[in-house]
Amino acid sequence: MTFEPKIVGFLCNWCSYTGADLAGTARMKYPPNVRVIRVMCSGRVDPTFVLKALESGADGVLICGCHPGDCHYQEGNYKAMRRYLLLERLLADFGIEPERVKLEWVSASEGERYAQVVKEFTEQIRELGPFVSPMKAMASK
Amino acid sequence: MADKLKLAFYWAASCGGCEMAVLEIHEKILTLAEYADILFWPVAIDAKYKDVEAMPDKHIDVCLYNGAVRTSEAEHIAKLLRQKSKVLVAYGSCAIEGGIPALANMSNREGVFKRAYGNEYSTDNPQYVTPQTKTKVKEGELELPEFYDTVYTLADVVDVDYFIPGCPPVPEQTWAVLELIIEGKPLPPKGSYIGCGDKTVCDECPRKKNVKKITKFHRIYEVEHDPEICFLEQGIFCAGPATRSGCDARCLRANMPCRGCYGAAEGVIDQGAKMLSALASVIDSNDPEEVKKIISELPDTIGYFYRFSLSHSLMKRVKIPEEKKVAS
Ligand code: FES
Repeated sequence: MTFEPKIVGFLCNWCSYTGADLAGTARMKYPPNVRVIRVMCSGRVDPTFVLKALESGADGVLICGCHPGDCHYQEGNYKAMRRYLLLERLLADFGIEPERVKLEWVSASEGERYAQVVKEFTEQIRELGPFVSPMKAMASK
Repeated sequence: MADKLKLAFYWAASCGGCEMAVLEIHEKILTLAEYADILFWPVAIDAKYKDVEAMPDKHIDVCLYNGAVRTSEAEHIAKLLRQKSKVLVAYGSCAIEGGIPALANMSNREGVFKRAYGNEYSTDNPQYVTPQTKTKVKEGELELPEFYDTVYTLADVVDVDYFIPGCPPVPEQTWAVLELIIEGKPLPPKGSYIGCGDKTVCDECPRKKNVKKITKFHRIYEVEHDPEICFLEQGIFCAGPATRSGCDARCLRANMPCRGCYGAAEGVIDQGAKMLSALASVIDSNDPEEVKKIISELPDTIGYFYRFSLSHSLMKRVKIPEEKKVAS
């Protein structure tokens, strides 16, 4: 069986979720691999959510928020960016490919961009293969 | 006094500090002895495993188990003491969340053995003799417990009734819990953390807190810091925001940043992720390149964020690359 990546997507309510909605209403074709969870702001995405998603069987995590300067709560996406950069470093230290997590800015009018982001990220995860958690990797040694 | 309380203490993968912490109740240990018989305490009294095995089930009223589970022996005794105790308490950081021994989860058995028994540092071991579970000698076969690749928490291997956090738990809190038990007062619901608070260390910290804006991280010895002001505000890593209260911020009162020994604050499932989140929030830059630069000055991530809680984190351990697994 070919590997179909399971991706959890955290999309902010004000921009990216609407952007994804637009991709849908415009009937754009893109891979169905992202399971979308709507959050009020990308700044709401606790790094715990990302680790929890991976630990629960996701192969990748996509976080989308408003473009810099456009966050509905002014600062949320900057916080998301800083957490993401630090999380990348933490993941690497855990021996996990940081490429399994991605942060992208998608505005409410960027349905096409959303479809493109999903397409690229799905391919990226497909290439990386299924995520095996550190505990599982140790058990299957 | 026929119905004296029956207590037991055990240590697994720990430093012995928790034993000290129990003794740190000082003369109250005499009060304890008045009300309770200590049936088993490897560090202090001469009772053997077989004495515990001979006890009827649930014979011990309360057992305080400290230390993480990293060997088959620790797991076996955890199961035995669970069977023989009415109430089993995970005492101290190691039993609850792996503690310092759990930092070995950044490596595996091979890595630990290489460091401990290989020709590194002061060890001279040309044949690289390492502990074996079975060794034949002319008198017969010798057995040692198995050393696991991963350090586990007590709750990973048995059902735990209560958790008393800290590295080590502070004596007043230990006594408060023991007193509760001696006086037969009702205990909180099963699974509770006792002898601690439900807020964060920052809540107990006496330092002045203003707006946090970090532009550079410093290690504590690198700067002359202001003892009145929050460490984080001065760019010095402090685990206070992600750590459970209960210690009365004693490190901070002694002019040291919090290391996070009381573990994740109430309701938090991953102390490191929460710490990361708090830290990233207060970095004072909106420019990704600048943020990267500031972050790169943090000397360590896992050691800072999960110093005491790696076994109790979502990932639990580090993934060892394939090549490294076969190297010996
Ligand atoms: S509301 Fe969209 S990122 Fe904050």
